[in-house]
Amino acid sequence: MTSHRCAEGGTAIDRTDTVGFTVDGRQYFGLAGDTLASALLANGVRVMGRSFKYHRPRGLMAFGVDEPNALFTVTTDGVREPNVRATEIEIFDGLAVESQNRWPSLDNDLMAINQLGGKALAAGFYYKTFMGPVIGPLKGTRFWMMCEHVIRRAAGLGRPGTAPDKSRYERINAFCDVLVIGGGLAGLKQAHEAAETGRHVIVCELEPRWGGAADGKKESEIRQIVESLESRPNVTLLTRTTVWGWYDGNMLAATERVSDHLKTAPEGAPRQRHWVIRAEHVALATGALERPIVFPGNDRPGVMLADAGRRYTETFGVLPGQHLAVFANNDSAYATAAALRHAGANVRAIVDVRPEIGAAAQRLADRAGGALKLGHAVVGTSGAKGLKSISVARYNHETRSFSGGAEEIETDCLLVSGGWSPVVHLASQAGANPVWDDALQAFLPPKPDAHWSVHGAAAGDLDFDHDLSPAPAPVFEIGHPGKAFVDFQHDVTADDVRLAHREGFRSVEHLKRYTTLGMATDQGKTSNVPGLAIMADALGKPIPDVGTTRFRPPYTAASLGSIAAERYGDLFPHRLTPMHDWHGDHGARMYAAGHWERPESYNRPGETVEQAYVREAKTVRSGAGLVDVSTLGKIDIQGPDAADFLNRVYTNGFAKLPVNKARYGLMLREDGFAMDDGTTWRLAENRFLITTTTANAGKVMSHLELCLDVHWPDMRVHVTSVTDQWAGAAIAGPKSRDVLAACVTGTDVGNDALPFMGIVHGAVSGVPVMICRLSFSGELAYEVYCGAHHGTHVWEALMAAGEPFAIAPYGLEALGTLRIEKGHVTAAEIDGRTTARDLHLDWMLSSKKPFVGSAMMNREGLTDQSRWTLVGVVSRSGEKLHGGSHVVAGDRDGPGPGLGHLTAMAFSPEINAYVGLALVEDGGNRIGQHLYATDPVRSGTHIPIEIVSQHMVDPKGERMHG
Amino acid sequence: MIIPCPFCGPRDLSEFAYCGDADNLAARPDPAASDQSSWNAFVYDRTNPAGDHAEIWQHAGGCRRHLRIVRNTVTHAISDVTMPGAKA
Amino acid sequence: MAEYSALSIVKNALTGNRDWKPAWRKPEPKPAYDVIIIGGGGHGLSTAYYLASEFGIRNVAVLEKGWVGSGNIGRNTTIVRSNYLLPGNTPFYEHSMKLWENLSHELNYNVMFSQRGIINLFHTPAQEDDHARRGNAMILQGVDARFVRPPELKRRVPALNLSGSSRFPVLGGLEQPRAGTARHDAVAWGYARGADRRGVDIIENCEVTGFVREGDQVTGVETSRGRIHARKVAAAVAGSTSRVMALAGINRLPIESHVLQAFVTESVKPCLDTVVTYGGGHLYISQSDKGSLVFGGDIDGYNSYAQRGNLPIVEDVMSEVLELFPAFAKLRLLRSWGGIMDMSMDGSPIIAKGPLPGLYLNAGWCYGGFKATPASGWCFAHTIARDEPHEFNAPFTLDRFHRGYVIDEKGQGATPWKH
Repeated sequence: MTSHRCAEGGTAIDRTDTVGFTVDGRQYFGLAGDTLASALLANGVRVMGRSFKYHRPRGLMAFGVDEPNALFTVTTDGVREPNVRATEIEIFDGLAVESQNRWPSLDNDLMAINQLGGKALAAGFYYKTFMGPVIGPLKGTRFWMMCEHVIRRAAGLGRPGTAPDKSRYERINAFCDVLVIGGGLAGLKQAHEAAETGRHVIVCELEPRWGGAADGKKESEIRQIVESLESRPNVTLLTRTTVWGWYDGNMLAATERVSDHLKTAPEGAPRQRHWVIRAEHVALATGALERPIVFPGNDRPGVMLADAGRRYTETFGVLPGQHLAVFANNDSAYATAAALRHAGANVRAIVDVRPEIGAAAQRLADRAGGALKLGHAVVGTSGAKGLKSISVARYNHETRSFSGGAEEIETDCLLVSGGWSPVVHLASQAGANPVWDDALQAFLPPKPDAHWSVHGAAAGDLDFDHDLSPAPAPVFEIGHPGKAFVDFQHDVTADDVRLAHREGFRSVEHLKRYTTLGMATDQGKTSNVPGLAIMADALGKPIPDVGTTRFRPPYTAASLGSIAAERYGDLFPHRLTPMHDWHGDHGARMYAAGHWERPESYNRPGETVEQAYVREAKTVRSGAGLVDVSTLGKIDIQGPDAADFLNRVYTNGFAKLPVNKARYGLMLREDGFAMDDGTTWRLAENRFLITTTTANAGKVMSHLELCLDVHWPDMRVHVTSVTDQWAGAAIAGPKSRDVLAACVTGTDVGNDALPFMGIVHGAVSGVPVMICRLSFSGELAYEVYCGAHHGTHVWEALMAAGEPFAIAPYGLEALGTLRIEKGHVTAAEIDGRTTARDLHLDWMLSSKKPFVGSAMMNREGLTDQSRWTLVGVVSRSGEKLHGGSHVVAGDRDGPGPGLGHLTAMAFSPEINAYVGLALVEDGGNRIGQHLYATDPVRSGTHIPIEIVSQHMVDPKGERMHG
Repeated sequence: MIIPCPFCGPRDLSEFAYCGDADNLAARPDPAASDQSSWNAFVYDRTNPAGDHAEIWQHAGGCRRHLRIVRNTVTHAISDVTMPGAKA
Repeated sequence: MAEYSALSIVKNALTGNRDWKPAWRKPEPKPAYDVIIIGGGGHGLSTAYYLASEFGIRNVAVLEKGWVGSGNIGRNTTIVRSNYLLPGNTPFYEHSMKLWENLSHELNYNVMFSQRGIINLFHTPAQEDDHARRGNAMILQGVDARFVRPPELKRRVPALNLSGSSRFPVLGGLEQPRAGTARHDAVAWGYARGADRRGVDIIENCEVTGFVREGDQVTGVETSRGRIHARKVAAAVAGSTSRVMALAGINRLPIESHVLQAFVTESVKPCLDTVVTYGGGHLYISQSDKGSLVFGGDIDGYNSYAQRGNLPIVEDVMSEVLELFPAFAKLRLLRSWGGIMDMSMDGSPIIAKGPLPGLYLNAGWCYGGFKATPASGWCFAHTIARDEPHEFNAPFTLDRFHRGYVIDEKGQGATPWKH
């Protein structure tokens, strides 16, 4: 292949440093500084992609983020990154990329057979067919799903992999006075001005180099400003950094590509960095993007945006072709033509729809040489895999009429300029609606407020050199027969836009959705305005009346990994109790309870979980067991009004609770449903410690704070979460008092000194502890709290003291067994849908005082007889019950409607049967009924059960009071 | 969104927990004196305006105080931050 | 109007696609209709369609302030399912599922309902029991449900992280095989075309600015295109319910408007063949026919009428995607957008007569409006035509909140941003 590299020039490349890379396994060479696009262009490669629908061969069209065609998959360490624009891949030695959406190869893609579908595959055709037969085996959705199977495989672009991405992504929070977006000349000047006043400035440029689209002659001016900025401590300069999202309060998101362009990332460097920037002021200097013109054959490889051609030449020293033609509706392309001629290209023709041009453009045309075809348009192109010639005809753009025959001009590259669109995307994201400018034939940002400003080409200030006029002729499409593309990647043609109009999809959003215009990976950067213009034309309305879609984040696609940086994988939070390591050292299987890790059971060698928890539960009922209850929510409540406060938030009374006594409490939500339960310890006249369930700790804390701040700001109460400050161990079983007696100093723990619900303060192994006699298991039991740092020390002391009594630690499973046997509720029953009455806790509803929820708890829906209420269930067949089973009246063949569900189950060593708790319709009147627990979705079991009182063991509570 | 906390300064949205309509919360009926319908309205009914909305936010990841914030539900612009108790 | 078929596509292709007619007419509003439906979204259009096709009421206008399908029907994550727990919800959503299964034929419009299944993953034994409970409830009410274990997950969802190394390892999933995804815009367009073919006037760019009343009785609406009378006026304007009802003097409702963001990645070849939800947080993800991953998470969680959310939720949702699919870290987010949800006080919808005579309300769809589109329209049409609810929507009353008959799938109570 011929090299298109010029003998000299190229501001970004190092001609002494040759770089080898492969495309689809084939070896190529480029120069250090090249992008994949420039390197392939230099190698004479023309087909760089295949389109989405028709699989048409496509070449390079743009220079940067607006490139719709040249997409490749980059594979690094076995992890695939599909759909990367060749214009943004910086080559390095060993880079390996793959072309996409073609079979078997990019040059010969059999899927191009889709083109034979021609007009039958027009916009929206799929809504009208593939529905299949109404009857028979392919009725319903079956026929569609068969078709869909094939369609899905044909659709999509690059192929993703299944190997986890091991790259590291980093997140950084930044704050600045001025965020300048865009490192072109306008942005740099703005940054410089702000920096001189001492303000903290961050400048983000999405390309690897400063200067943006400024032409080579500005090189030294740019270098000077950058050097000055680099020397200032109040300026942060970021290249390869795309600001992609502008959120409320001037909060912006940007992705910095830290090491994508490197063969080996520096040690410790992330792949990409997610910047979250809070800026006092945002200065947009995002430039403008050149628009193509829609004409037949405009997608042939070799047809390129004019300014892209200039930039490949100036930046990389690569000519986009040897025999160029230019097609324009404005002056800017004339400078390009002259520049490329200067760089060594042969300019065959400049075709301009305008019948006349200004003197400045004329001078450049003379310099470029070649035929100047004013009042002409390109009406066709030819060349199998790349442009060989264009057809040019005389054209009156005001009457849109052609005259005379078409003339063929041989050319291998057609540079097109259809005018310029300022990059208004970010301003639009922030809620500012763009405004149409008739002179520029483009949308401009609206008038900014104090929080932002806009500069340079982004503001419509298209400062072309050589006195060129920025105003294009209002020509977007050359209406000549043939396939003329508007959205290149998605193969949306001008006819598709007109079809959408014909079928009534006329609003800009309908156009987009019906044709998929602007939905490709380039997000319509080149196609939006031409598409709108064609629709406006069909409607006979001016372009702004058709509207523009609101741009949404991101401006360019951002990797999921960068946005989630430092927030996934092993970086999700864990909460561990002070005794966590001890549990692990003693055979505990851990169980995730929210963010907490709790011991499930302490399995001895050879034991199953069930054997372990049954043994542990037996130990508690017969001797003594120790369980870690540090995860319970704990809230310290202090102040002169603390008792009154508790009276208001709990359903039962606390004002008369004596110091050093505890009481079980229930809270309702404002709507009258149960919220949480726990115990409340009165530690002093004006100080209480309350516990909550593990699951609801945060919710209860916020609820109490809301009540104090919002409802009762005059109450003199302070609440503090102390969940992490206290370690807690519950010791339970008939021998538990003996164990405490053996190790607690400084206090008597006998029945008189420490009666049921009593509290004492003492020490265990030299550590101060607070002991409350209360019971979740139904046995004689105590909760022992100490400072969290002493948790393991006290736990070990309790275990040592318990050794003579054969104490054993027990886990959540045994704890569950014990509480099920007693009918004590947890979050499984207080599930946000149950009332106090449903749970037989109505005895706790004080009638002597109002409390949160009291006004709402007696409504008809909450007292309906058919509500599901708490019962116990016992397996009658000896089969193991399954959590989540439903209670039904009928046998397996005719279960009938669900009457309720099991909330918990366990094997009860006391009852010697599988038992459970259930919420059952009108449960109170079903005691003694024989029903079934059915679990069709999981175990397939259908087990005969008896409904019993939820108090299955020691209903009178003699053990815990003993 | 950035919320100016009177205690902690301007802080990210992610530090705050939303707690609902401030005017509604401020109108919690007197539990002793009110009828059922005013309670029903308090618990379930909202004005839900498009425009300025007084609402309670808790600075959950900061000072944990509840703030009364007037925020426009169409633009998300915050125009006022006070303490919920201050009004009474 | 011509039927759509492969044959009609070929015939039209031969004449350069010049003979296609608008999918629905662009009529001028008449002075009066039997029924006016406010809202040309999915629910409004399907209501009009079923009023005409099932209940013989064809003198109907659908008034849309913008363009057809501009609300949440055009900005959701396209999931269709009927995997509910509570008895009040299941029959309704299952009815919807049955309508979905024949919808393309019914409408002569390919809505691309693809029954690729939904798998709700669970990560702890307690979650497994919860999922069993929901699956059992589904089966007992005649809905398909099954458990999926890691070996099958590995085969069917190869990119899923089953290594056990994740923070909340996947223990399994509850699958509804008949669930899936549909092409959201096509549903709006198909109903619009179907209703139009049965005589319904679909009037775009027609904003309701007030209600016409005789005493309490609603007798019509004022619009940006003049006054239009109707015997019955029905509102299906989820996201704007409070605003529209305020025009009728109803100033307080059990609804808050919240913004929900949705996300799509760039198109890639097939890599996810079913809908997956994450139990360690809140994420639902699938891959569209075009190849984009389409997903969403929680609402932003503050009242909003801006179709625009904020960054914290974006970061949350992405982190959950990668928690499940670490292989997707290099895929790129292409677009995000926001929709305004009617969040009700119990997370369940309202399809009811009232709150004024002559007025009917369809609202409160929370996250779940898309999948409900067929049954919502069907039940609303029934309620409008017969002046009483069908048994499927009988629980979805407006007075259930005050009476205490809430349908609270999440058990969160009257905190709409937590449903």
